[in-house]
Amino acid sequence: MAELKTVGTSVQRKDAIEKVTGSAQFIEDRYMGPMLYAKMKKSTVAHGIIKKIDLKKAQAHPGVKAILTGKDYPNKIGLYLIDRDFLAVEKVRYWGEPVAVVAAVTEKAAAEAVELIEVEYEELPGVFDPRESMKPNAPVIHEDLGNYEIVPIFYPKPGTNIANHFKLRKGDIDKGFAEADLVIEKEYYVPQMQHVPIETHKAAVQWGHDGKLTVWSTAQSPNVVRQLLAKSFDIPMHKIRVISSYIGGGFGCKAGASVEGLVIPLAKMFPGYIVRIIFNREEDMQGTFTRQALFSKLKTGVRKDGRITALQYEMIWDGGAYTEYGVNIVRAAGYSSTGAYDIPNVKTDSYCVYTNNSIGGPVRGFGMCEMQWGIERQIEEIAKQLDMDPLEVRMINGMKKGSTTAAGQVVQDVDYHKCLKTVADQIGWGKKEGKYRGKGIAGLVKCPAQPSNAASSAIIRINEDGTAHVMIGATEMGQGMLTAISQIASEALNIPVDKIDIKVPDTDFTPYEWQSVGSRITYTCGTSVKRAAEDALGQIYLIASDLLETPQEDLTFDGKKVYSTKDPGIKATIREIADSCKKCTGEGIAGPIIGRGSFVPTNMTNLDPETGQGNPGLFYCFGATGVEVEVDPETGVIKILQLAAAIDAGQAVNPQLCISQLHGGTIMGLSTALYEEVKFDKGIMLNRNFTDYKISSIDNTPHIDSFIIETPETNGPYGARGIGEQPMIAVAPAVANAVCDALGIEFNTFPLTPERVWKAIKDSK
Amino acid sequence: MSEKIAINFTVNGDNESRDVEVGQTLMKFIRDDLHLTGTKSGCEIGECGACTVILDGKPVNSCLVLAVELDGKELVTIEGLTKNGELDRIQKAFIDHAAFQCGYCTPGMIMSARALLERTPEPTDEDINEALSGNLCRCGAYQEIREAVKSASKK
Ligand code: FES
Ligand code: FES
Repeated sequence: MAELKTVGTSVQRKDAIEKVTGSAQFIEDRYMGPMLYAKMKKSTVAHGIIKKIDLKKAQAHPGVKAILTGKDYPNKIGLYLIDRDFLAVEKVRYWGEPVAVVAAVTEKAAAEAVELIEVEYEELPGVFDPRESMKPNAPVIHEDLGNYEIVPIFYPKPGTNIANHFKLRKGDIDKGFAEADLVIEKEYYVPQMQHVPIETHKAAVQWGHDGKLTVWSTAQSPNVVRQLLAKSFDIPMHKIRVISSYIGGGFGCKAGASVEGLVIPLAKMFPGYIVRIIFNREEDMQGTFTRQALFSKLKTGVRKDGRITALQYEMIWDGGAYTEYGVNIVRAAGYSSTGAYDIPNVKTDSYCVYTNNSIGGPVRGFGMCEMQWGIERQIEEIAKQLDMDPLEVRMINGMKKGSTTAAGQVVQDVDYHKCLKTVADQIGWGKKEGKYRGKGIAGLVKCPAQPSNAASSAIIRINEDGTAHVMIGATEMGQGMLTAISQIASEALNIPVDKIDIKVPDTDFTPYEWQSVGSRITYTCGTSVKRAAEDALGQIYLIASDLLETPQEDLTFDGKKVYSTKDPGIKATIREIADSCKKCTGEGIAGPIIGRGSFVPTNMTNLDPETGQGNPGLFYCFGATGVEVEVDPETGVIKILQLAAAIDAGQAVNPQLCISQLHGGTIMGLSTALYEEVKFDKGIMLNRNFTDYKISSIDNTPHIDSFIIETPETNGPYGARGIGEQPMIAVAPAVANAVCDALGIEFNTFPLTPERVWKAIKDSK
Repeated sequence: MSEKIAINFTVNGDNESRDVEVGQTLMKFIRDDLHLTGTKSGCEIGECGACTVILDGKPVNSCLVLAVELDGKELVTIEGLTKNGELDRIQKAFIDHAAFQCGYCTPGMIMSARALLERTPEPTDEDINEALSGNLCRCGAYQEIREAVKSASKK
């Protein structure tokens, strides 16, 4: 590969100046026009029939313009399974579900009116544990499951609460266990967590007098929002415009479509007005996606030499009240169910189960944190029982080039062993440092979870002065997409990054991108942009060749001018090329330069419904985390002495931003390892603010030693692959492995709060 | 509508007089009335620090202060740090160290850091941790933030 100029350098973030000066616009910072404010009335029971909604008092409240209930618009929405009501219709399925929405002239009036709405419920028995909920006699939460529209790669069981049963069968599981010298079986539990981006969910909607719907949204994926709204409200797509702003953190909770539909029917009643809804912190925590809890049973068979011969994984996921998106997490965890290891015989059953808890949905890691927690903990158990070094067990079974995943997909471009070795060396693996000190390592893998045809596209306009506009449909939520994508464009066009303009999307003007999720944008959008740049370059050469009367193959472009390699005196500036007419005659040559590029994966397939075999991964990203802890036996407090993280980025497009992602994911992982657990009491979310739901802050964040490994991704743009989600995955098991090393106590769940650790120490005595 | 009270104050160096609603928070007043939207709202109950501004030299969560309390005081918001288009050294340091990702916590974080450097020109890691512990960054830019604040203090 030719020497890279821009890719691989830490250029300054495109959004840097705006973000440090407070001028970066998030949606709440934009003035859009005359405004009405919306607030939701939320259910006070977790499962119940709506007997009566009395709106009279609320309607009479000063400032109230309109109130709508589920009866007024029984539309449903969903990314994979269309099961979700915007407003509860006839029954509520979780505590806090919106049952009515008020529009008023001030936020205060809307909030006051909400208090005046009276709702009568007939409570139904609720189910809050998915293991109970999947039993045949459990109260059914979605009576209509059999009639819901669904993408045909999911397998619900109508008449039950099972929204998806993903099955995977690889090799011969009986043979695998027969070959094993040792069989280990354990249960694991991962609780719900919340994304808590500092910017909550927000949307503003205008129904124009001409019938055009404009949506400003914190959504991660404007094109998917447009597509889902078009379907749900039966509006042609060209009549919906979704405008993105900077997003104040997403982490999955702003994927799909969420709050926009709540205000669309209100906006329709008041054409020309902007109807805005802003979730407060409590609403954001309780009324948007929550990471699904996972109850799992994992059984592995292993030979004396440490080789794992069989793996049987049963996963029961708490999908919550609506599983429109969650069904795919369950699928992704299923098809990835061997983690970063090459295991020949696998039997996996992964169930997405409705409960009356908050809605389950995507979170950074998309099922991998939860599923690989079990794998990475069980490897420790294997090592212990075989009296082997757990690092060695990982090395023996870890995927290499040519290994197959649980789904039977062959992985290329892998150096998992280097990731493991890097963190092991960093933390001084093998050296025991003291009585209550311990070290732990865990590994990870993840591919983007996306449909096999999730597409991407890009347009590049070259200006008359040789500067360029890159137009794409990906969103900027902190990951640094604008910068990385500009660098790819710069590299391909040979135009400096500071001569490239790039903005967040607006579906009326920017081309299609499926979703900004799954760490896929660097790869998908990066490929589209590279292709668009190549297309633009082709046009530049075409015009230059005509202009200079020189064959194209003799020409080269240095970012400013095209010249003949045979005679550098034969040259045309980019401005002359952009002017596009022959100087002597004034004859036109070809129009303004507009490069177009698109991308749709060609290496992915659907999976066999019975065996789950196929190619679900666009690319696979590996990594590892190493931790050294010291535990205070009196208090159960875990002190992180060392934290090392390695991720294989293929080619770091911008090393500084790669490290940012690596740090961010590691810190989020550490936060879940030590503090985070959403607590429910019969569906009522108990910790709904930052005091009760603690997350990492600067004072408890240790120094992280970070390592970018670069095993180029053959088909990624300049060898790059996405890494945003991955660093989170191995942190919790690495911490638990270290605590286990320190205390000799096994933890099959987290967070490892002082209380939990202290209790375990006490019980072990 | 609600009762209003006249207040006088300075904001980012300029004298201002306004009528404010009695129950309005300083955060809402800054954003909705002064149109200084760099100050962010993340919780409105004093838990996240996104709304941090400097009031008479001290960092405060503007969601916990009433707008009427601004009377007679000096307010500095993130918009006040840039002088004649020139970034403050702490803003520059945040850029150099990539001490933000989504940028939503950033104005509050920078204001807390600014206030720290006013009172402790050469802070230790511990000083930084303590001063910024009320500013949550879910993107996890803490390590870069620590480095940025330290490097700004050295200049
Ligand atoms: S908005 Fe003021 S502290 Fe969170
Ligand atoms: S940069 Fe996103 S919350 Fe701090």
